[in-house]
Amino acid sequence: MGEKEKKHITPRRRFFTDMAHHIGLGTMGVMLLGGYATKAKSSPLTLRPPAAIPENDFLKTCIKCGLCAEACVNRPQNLTRDGKRKDEFGTLKMAKANDNVTVGTPFFTPRDTPCYMCEDIPCVPACPTEALDITKVTNPKTNELDIRKMDMGVAVVDVHSCIAFWGLQCDACYRACPLLDEAIKLQYNRNSRTGKHAFLEPVVNPDVCTGCGLCEKACVTEKPAIFVLPKDVAQGKVGDHYVKGWDKKDQQRVGDRNEKDITTHDDRSKKKPLDYLNSNQLGL
Amino acid sequence: MKFSNIKYLILRRFTQFGLLFLYFAGNFWGWSILQGDISTSMLFNKVPLSDPFALLQIFASGAVVGANVLIGALIISLFYGIIGGRAFCSWVCPVNLITDAAAWLRRKLLIDKIERKLWISRNIRYYMIIIVLITSAISGLAAFEILSPITILNRNIIFGVGSGLGLIAAIFLFDLFVVKNGWCGHICPLGGVYSIIGKYSIFRVKHTSENCTLCMKCKEVCPESQVLHMIGKKSINVNDIECTNCGRCIDVCDDDALEFSIGKYITENKKKESK
Amino acid sequence: MGMNRRDFLKSSAAATAAAAVGISVPQEVQAAAKSAEQGWRWDKAPCRFCGTGCGIMLATKDGKIVAVKGDPAAPVNRGLNCIKGYFNAKIMYGADRLTQPLMRVNEKGEFDKQGQFKPISWKQAFDEMEKQIKKALKEKGPEGVAVFGSGQYTIMEGYAALKMMKAGFRSNAIDPNARHCMASAVVGFYQTFGIDEPSGCYDDIELTDTIISWGSNMAEMHPILWSRVTDRKLSDPDRVKVVNIQTYTHRSCDLSDFNIIFRPNTDLALWNYIAREIVYNHPEAIDWDFVKKHIVFTAGPVNIGYGMRRAGEKSITPVRPDGSAGLYSAKEMKIINKEMAKKVSPLEAPALKPYGYKEGDTMKNIPGTLAHWMISFEDYKKSLEPFTLDYVAKIAKGDPDESLESFKKKLKDLATLYIEKDRKVVSFWTMGMNQHTRGTWDNTLSYNVHFLLNKQAKPGNGAYSLTGQPSACGTAREVGTFTHRYPADLMVKNPKHRAKVEKKWMLPEGTLNPVGKQHIVAIQRGLEDGLVKFAWVNVCNAFQDTANANHWIKAARKTDNFIVTSDGYPGISAMVSDLVLPSAMIYEKWGGYGNAERRTQLWKQQVVPVGNAMSDTWQWLELAKRFTVKDVWGEYAPSGPRKKTLPSVIEAAKKMGYKEDTTMFDILFANKEAKKYTIDDPQLKGFDDSDSLGDNRKVLGSDGKEWKGYGFFVHKYLFEEYAWFGRGHGHDLAPFDMYQKVRGLKWPVVDGKETFWRFNTKYDPYAAKAAKAAGIKDFAFYGPLAKKLFSGSLTKPDKKAGKKPIPNKAKIFARPYMDPPEMPDKEYDTWLCTGRVLEHWHSGTMTMRVPELFRAVPEALCYMNPKDAQKRGVKRGELVWVESRRGKVKARVETRGRNRPPRGLVFVPWFDEKVFINKVTLDATCPMSKQTDYKKCAVKIYKA
Repeated sequence: MGEKEKKHITPRRRFFTDMAHHIGLGTMGVMLLGGYATKAKSSPLTLRPPAAIPENDFLKTCIKCGLCAEACVNRPQNLTRDGKRKDEFGTLKMAKANDNVTVGTPFFTPRDTPCYMCEDIPCVPACPTEALDITKVTNPKTNELDIRKMDMGVAVVDVHSCIAFWGLQCDACYRACPLLDEAIKLQYNRNSRTGKHAFLEPVVNPDVCTGCGLCEKACVTEKPAIFVLPKDVAQGKVGDHYVKGWDKKDQQRVGDRNEKDITTHDDRSKKKPLDYLNSNQLGL
Repeated sequence: MKFSNIKYLILRRFTQFGLLFLYFAGNFWGWSILQGDISTSMLFNKVPLSDPFALLQIFASGAVVGANVLIGALIISLFYGIIGGRAFCSWVCPVNLITDAAAWLRRKLLIDKIERKLWISRNIRYYMIIIVLITSAISGLAAFEILSPITILNRNIIFGVGSGLGLIAAIFLFDLFVVKNGWCGHICPLGGVYSIIGKYSIFRVKHTSENCTLCMKCKEVCPESQVLHMIGKKSINVNDIECTNCGRCIDVCDDDALEFSIGKYITENKKKESK
Repeated sequence: MGMNRRDFLKSSAAATAAAAVGISVPQEVQAAAKSAEQGWRWDKAPCRFCGTGCGIMLATKDGKIVAVKGDPAAPVNRGLNCIKGYFNAKIMYGADRLTQPLMRVNEKGEFDKQGQFKPISWKQAFDEMEKQIKKALKEKGPEGVAVFGSGQYTIMEGYAALKMMKAGFRSNAIDPNARHCMASAVVGFYQTFGIDEPSGCYDDIELTDTIISWGSNMAEMHPILWSRVTDRKLSDPDRVKVVNIQTYTHRSCDLSDFNIIFRPNTDLALWNYIAREIVYNHPEAIDWDFVKKHIVFTAGPVNIGYGMRRAGEKSITPVRPDGSAGLYSAKEMKIINKEMAKKVSPLEAPALKPYGYKEGDTMKNIPGTLAHWMISFEDYKKSLEPFTLDYVAKIAKGDPDESLESFKKKLKDLATLYIEKDRKVVSFWTMGMNQHTRGTWDNTLSYNVHFLLNKQAKPGNGAYSLTGQPSACGTAREVGTFTHRYPADLMVKNPKHRAKVEKKWMLPEGTLNPVGKQHIVAIQRGLEDGLVKFAWVNVCNAFQDTANANHWIKAARKTDNFIVTSDGYPGISAMVSDLVLPSAMIYEKWGGYGNAERRTQLWKQQVVPVGNAMSDTWQWLELAKRFTVKDVWGEYAPSGPRKKTLPSVIEAAKKMGYKEDTTMFDILFANKEAKKYTIDDPQLKGFDDSDSLGDNRKVLGSDGKEWKGYGFFVHKYLFEEYAWFGRGHGHDLAPFDMYQKVRGLKWPVVDGKETFWRFNTKYDPYAAKAAKAAGIKDFAFYGPLAKKLFSGSLTKPDKKAGKKPIPNKAKIFARPYMDPPEMPDKEYDTWLCTGRVLEHWHSGTMTMRVPELFRAVPEALCYMNPKDAQKRGVKRGELVWVESRRGKVKARVETRGRNRPPRGLVFVPWFDEKVFINKVTLDATCPMSKQTDYKKCAVKIYKA
C-alpha cells in the first residue's frame, strides 16, 4: 500500500479504534476461556462428596482447596493395622485434567474406593465455602450429623448382568451396604426353572440409598452390575399434577405446584381459537 | 558468589518449598499446620486463608459461600494489602519456581540476545482479570480456577502428580522461548490482583541512586524490569504495583543501592521532610 | 463378528437353561453356542467349597479350566451356585500357587529348622520326611507321627492317608479339621442313633412347614439351601414359618417370622424349655406309641470338664506360686483350672439341682466320657423340671435391649411351633450347636424334642445337622480319618473292628494301634508337649484354624520337631512349617466328596496340576515307598496316651509272606488287589490321571526320576476298597463307575437306589429289614453303637442289674444347662463369637486369591453393637484391639454390617490371616466330641 493512503488519525478516532480493539480482544478472550470453561464442566456422571450442593452451584462454589479430600484421606479409619495409610488417596480425589471432571474439584470412583460413610463425615465440615453444605447431613431435630442423609448418588442394578437375577446366590452388594436391608432390599421370587430355589434379587430403594458405592465395589461381576449414578441422572420424575390416591405422603412429593405455569402448550393449542375457526382449513 | 548475592533468593526458595512441604504434609501425614491448597488453606486447623481472586470469581459466577472463606480472603487481602504487596508471586506461588527457572535458562542460553522480540502488553493481566470475571459470570464456573497453572501445580504436589503437568511445561516453554517473563509478568491475572491489592502495602524496595554504578544487573534479573525505571536516576522507593518484592535486585546489587524499606509513606514522608 | 467370552457365556447359559425347561432355542443362538464351545470339554464335578454339595460343570481347554457352570442336572442346586461356586474356575490359578517343594535349609542346602525356605526336589523332600519320621518313631513311637487331616480330603486321599497312618505307621494321630466342624454332631448321632450321619435329606426343606435354624447362618454358609428355604417360605408364606435362633442377628434373620437372640451356651436351656413345655404342659403332644416302641431315656455324668488341658500335662507343669504354669500364664490358668474343678454358678445351679448340685458347690470334673445309662421317664421329667419359662427367659435372653416379655413370648411361640399337631418341623443347625463345650449334649437335646413329638426321620420332619465342609461326611466321617475311627463307623478301640480292618488290609494281627485319643487339638498340644515330633498338614490350615493359636505356632517353630504342609497356596501353616509340598488342587486330581445329605459325588481329573504339584494321594503313596516292614512294624514302648507296649508284628508279617524289606507301598497300596484295577479302564479314556498314568509335565518324582504313573487305576482301587467296608452295613455306596454317570447318590445305596430318610421303614431298606426281623413297625434305629446299657438314676448307673440290650432304639438324653468355662467378667467384658462370611472359604487360601472375592471382602471386620462402639469411643471403621487372656488382634469395627450383635458380644470371622482371631479364641472343647468351641470366649475391646 502506498503512503498516500496513510490517513491522519484523529485522537477521537484513535479512542474509538482502541476501544473497539480492546473490546474485540476482550470478547475473544471471554469466548476462548468461556469455550474452555464449558468443556471443563464435569461429566454428568461425576459423583461428588456427601452433602454437595447441586452440581451447577457446586462448580461455582467449590474453591478447589482439597480440604475435604485431606480430611477424607487422613481420617483415622483410613489406617491399616500397622498404622499405615490404607489407600494412597482415600475416597475423595481432586480431579486432574484427564479425569473428565472439572479440574481441581473433589469426586470419587466407587469401584476403586467407595465412600465408607464415616459416622462423623469428616469431609463435610472441612469445606470452607459450603459447597459441601453441612446442613444437608445434619438432623434438624438433634443437630447431629446423620449419615443417612448423605446423597452422593443412587445405586442402579443392571438386571441383565446381575447374577442374582440369574438365580445365583450372591447378594454381595446387599451385604456390603451400610444401610443393610434398607437401601438395598432383597426381592424374593420363586425360580420356576428349578422349582425349588428362590431368586434373591437386590432392589435399590432410591429414597434411602446414599450412593456411597460400597455395593459397586463389592459386586463380583467383571464390570459391576450395580453401580452408582448421580441421582438426577439415574432417576426419572413423575409429573407433579398427579398424586397417588393411596399414599397420604405423596403430596409431599409434588410440593407446591406453581399455578402460574398451569397453561399447557403444544402444537395443537398453538393457534388461537379465532384463527383456527376462521382458517377455513376444510377448504369448503 | 557471595552469600549476600543470593540471600533473598535462598530465603524465598526456603519459603516456597517450605510452604509446599507443609501443604504436602498436611495431606500426606495429616499434619495440621497448613492444610488445603493455595486457593484455600487452614492454618493450625483454625485460621482460614483464601485466595481473594478465587473468591471474586465465585462471586462473579453467582454463588454464595460460607463465612470461612470470606474471612480467609479478608485475612489474605489485609496481609498483602498492608504488608506484603505482590510478595505472593515471588514468595509463595509455586509457578514462580518454573518461570524463574525459565528466566534463568533464558539468560544462560542468551535467548534474549538472539530472539526477535515479541512484544505483548504487560497490561494483559488486568484485562485477564476482567475477562475471567465476565467468563465466570457467563459460564457459572470460576473461570481461572479451572486452568490456573498455579493451583494445578500446587495440587499436583499435594495430591499426587496428574496430567496437568503439561500446562506447567507449556508455561515454562512459553517463558523460555516466546516472551521473557511471559506468564508472571504479562498474563497471570492472579499477579494482577495481588498488584492491585498491594498498592498501598508498606514493604518496598528502596533505591539510593547516589550509590548506583549503573551496572544494570538489577534490571537484568528483574522479572518486572519496568518497575526499576528510577535506577540511577532518583532515590525513591519502587512504588510500581507490579514489583513482587522478590529482592533479586537487592541480591545482585553490589553497591548498596537497593534495600528493603518499610513503608513508602514513612520513607517518602521523611524525604519530603528532609527536602 | 466373533463372539467374545462373555457373549459365549451368555448364550451358553441360555442354551442350558432353555434345555432344562424344555423350550427350543432360536437357531442362531444355538449355533453361536456350539461354535464357542468348540475346543471346550465340559465335565461334571461337585463344587469345591461347603457341605451343601452343589453340582457344577467345568470347561477345560488346552489343559486349563476356562469356565464353570452350575449343573442343571444336579438335584441339589439345579444349575445354580453361590458366589464361591461361581468362581470355581478361578480358584486354582492364583499367581502365587505353590509349584515346587520348599524347605528350610542352611547355606549348604541341608535342612535347618532356623533356615530360610528354598526350592528343593521331590526326592530331597521325601528323603527329609523319611529321615524325620524315622527319628520321630524312634523317639516317641507311632504317637510321635501325626497328621492334620481334613473334611476337604477327597475320599481317596483321605483313605490313603488313613491307611498309611494306621496300618503303616501304626499311628492313630490322624485327625481332620472336621473335628472342629461336626464332631459334636457325630457323637450326637452315635449316642442317639448308634450310627453316624443325618437321617433326613435336603428334600425335607420342600416338605416341611417349619424351618427352625439353631446357631446357623444358612444364608451365608449354605446359600443354595437357603434359597430353597426361601422358596419354601414363598410357596406358602402363611403356613410356612421360619425361625432363626442364635446369639446375634445375621443375614438369615431377614426371612424369619421371628428371631431369638440368646445368651451364648443357653441353647441348652432353650431345648430343655421346649421339652419341658411338651412334657409338663402338653403331654398330649407326646406320641407315646412311638416313644414306647422306639425310644429309651438315658442320662450321663455332667461333671465332664471342658476339654482343656488337665493338671499334670507337661506344658502346664510346674505350677508356680503366681498361678502361672509351664508355658501358660496365670491369666490363662485361671480358665484352664476349671478343667479339674469348678464352682457351680447361680445361673446353672437350678438346672443342676436334679443332678445333686447346688449353687457354690465345687464340681470335680472327670475327663470327658461318653458313658450313659438308662433312666426312667420320671427321671427324665425331673431333669426338665427347672426349665420353666421364667428361669429360661432369665438366663437365656441374649439382647439386653429386648424386654423380658418379648423374649418370653418368642419362647412360647417357638414351643408352640414344635408342638403344634400336624405341623412338620425341621431343625437345622451348623456350628453354633456343634462348636460348643456341651456340643454333644446340645445335639442330643434337639433329637429329644423331635422324638417326643415323633417328628424325626420322616419326610419334612427332623433335626438335621448341616455339615460345613464339602466332604466332612464323605471323607472325614465315612472314611474315618479320625483318631478313633476306621471306615464305616468301625472303631479303633474295638478289637473286633480292628481285626476286621486288619484282615481287609492284609495286615498281621495286632498291627493296628488300639489307642486312638490324639484328636486334632491333642495333636497340637502334643506338639507343645514334645510328644509329636513329626506333623503333616493335609488339605487344611491347621495353624490358622486351631483355637489358641499362639501356643501352636510357637510350638511349631520353637520346638525340636518337623512340620510339613501340603497345600495349593502358602498360608499360616506353610509359614510355620519346615517343609512345604505343592499339592494338586481339586480338579487337578480324581476325587470324591460326600455332602451333608449323605450324597456321594465323584469327579475325574480335569486338568494336569500346575508346576510340579502332585496330589496328596501321590504324596502319601510315595511316602509309603520309603518305609519297610522292619522300619515300622517293630515293637514300640508305651508313649503318650498309649500305656501299653505295642508288640512287634514283623514275625507275623513274615508268616504272611511279607519280607522285612517289603515296603508299605507294596503292602498297602500296590498289592495284588490294587493291580486288578487296570489302566485300560474305560473311565480313564480321554482324561488325565497324573497319579496312575503320569502326565505330560514329566515331573521328577520321589526317586528323582521322571514320574510315569503307578500303572494301575489307583483312585478306583482306593474308592472300591474303602466302599467295601460300608457295603452291607448301612453305609452302602454304589460302584465307582456308577458315580461317574450320576449327580451323586445318597447312601446307603441299596440295589442301585439311594436312601432319602434313614431309620424309616418306608424309605430305608435297612430299617425295613431290621424292623421285620424284630417284629416292629414304622421305624428301626438300627445303629449298632452303644446298644447295651446299664440302668440307673439321673446321677449314677446301677451296675448290679447288668447291661440290657436296646436293639433298634434311639435315645432321649437328660442333659442340663451348664455355663461355658469362660464368660465375660469385669476385665474381659465381651463375648467373642467367630465364624465365616459367604465370600470366603475357611482360612481364605483359595478365595482370597480370587480378585473379585478379595475386593468384595478384603478384610475381616469386628462386628459390634453401635452402643458398644460408642461406649468405647470407637467409630465405625476404626481399629480396635480384640484381646483375650490368650492373645490379641487388631480389627476394624463395623457397626452397620451384615452381622448385628447385641450389646456385649462381637463377631469376628476367621478367614483373614491378618486378623488372626484364633490367637484370641479358647481351645476348650466339648469333652465328649473334642470339638472346639469357637463361638464363645471372653474378650475386651479397646481402641487401637
